[in-house]
Amino acid sequence: MKELLQDSLFFGVGISIGTFLLGTLIKKKWNFFLFNPLLLSITATIATLLIIGIDYQHYNNGAKYLSYLLTPATVALAIPLYEQTMLLKKNFTAIIVGIASGVLMSFVSIFAMALLFRLGHTEYVTLLPKSITTAIGISLSQELQGYVAITVTAIIMTGLLGNIAGGIICRILGIKHPIAKGIAIGTASHVMGTAKAMEIGEIEGAMSSLSIAVAGCMTVGAAIFFEGLI
Amino acid sequence: MKYIIQFEIIIAISLIGELLNRIIPLPIPASIYGMAILYIALCTGAIKLSSVKETGKFLIYIMPMMFIPAAVGLIETWEAMQEFLTAIIVISLASTVLVMAAAGHITQIIIKHKGKEEKR
Repeated sequence: MKELLQDSLFFGVGISIGTFLLGTLIKKKWNFFLFNPLLLSITATIATLLIIGIDYQHYNNGAKYLSYLLTPATVALAIPLYEQTMLLKKNFTAIIVGIASGVLMSFVSIFAMALLFRLGHTEYVTLLPKSITTAIGISLSQELQGYVAITVTAIIMTGLLGNIAGGIICRILGIKHPIAKGIAIGTASHVMGTAKAMEIGEIEGAMSSLSIAVAGCMTVGAAIFFEGLI
Repeated sequence: MKYIIQFEIIIAISLIGELLNRIIPLPIPASIYGMAILYIALCTGAIKLSSVKETGKFLIYIMPMMFIPAAVGLIETWEAMQEFLTAIIVISLASTVLVMAAAGHITQIIIKHKGKEEKR
């Protein structure tokens, strides 16, 4: 059974989509925020791999074709953004200053907490790219000579939080304006948060898409000033 | 036919993005170049919205699933992180909330302020 499954090209994609579907059904039935399809699917997939005893490499041999679609899907985020171009032009200053504040807050908060936890330079720079999209985060972590695999983990934890609780956090914080919500979710939790913002609304989704690109580039630019602090 | 054209346009733009990523020595991924190219092409009318819309929206709709393989990769990095696991989790979660607060509120304050000025 194990040999049969681990060499299969479709097992990885099958189990991923299957558990995601199951998660979506559970979310529909019981609308509780921790019943997030993405979280449920990740947990169920990891559990299945551990139980059957299939390692990540074998799983990813098939599952990587799902990740492959991420580039074209991110390109497609230009579509909702284009549909909201009027809104972008009208609120240009608010949007750019808002994203810049988020990026600055990311650096400052990571720096402060790294001091608190007495992290070394390598651990500190590993966490710096955590709010930006994985592809930019990986390159930045490499450039700063951090632990790339851990950067990816931090990026995913961040994204998961945005995907699970982005809407709830905004509500608690009193962020009500659809543009502000989209900017908050996209700047803080990149593409994974944006997937959630798309569900909340068209404006939120479009603004979140924009934030991924702008916050990513701003983070790369500003990282040089912050990397030497610890 | 329509969907084939739409899919090919999106893949072709991804390809251009990939090439730019390799040629330009900046840590900007193919997807971000691609997103910028498609946005500019739509704004200038070089590509019509109807030439990408349905396939693009479908890709966005199924996007959450595309993160599953990377996230399942946590089982591999788990051991390397043991040493400072608490720090990673606390910093990741706390700074996410702080970034949302800063970005969201500043955007909201400027929009409201501008709205008031326009009313005057």
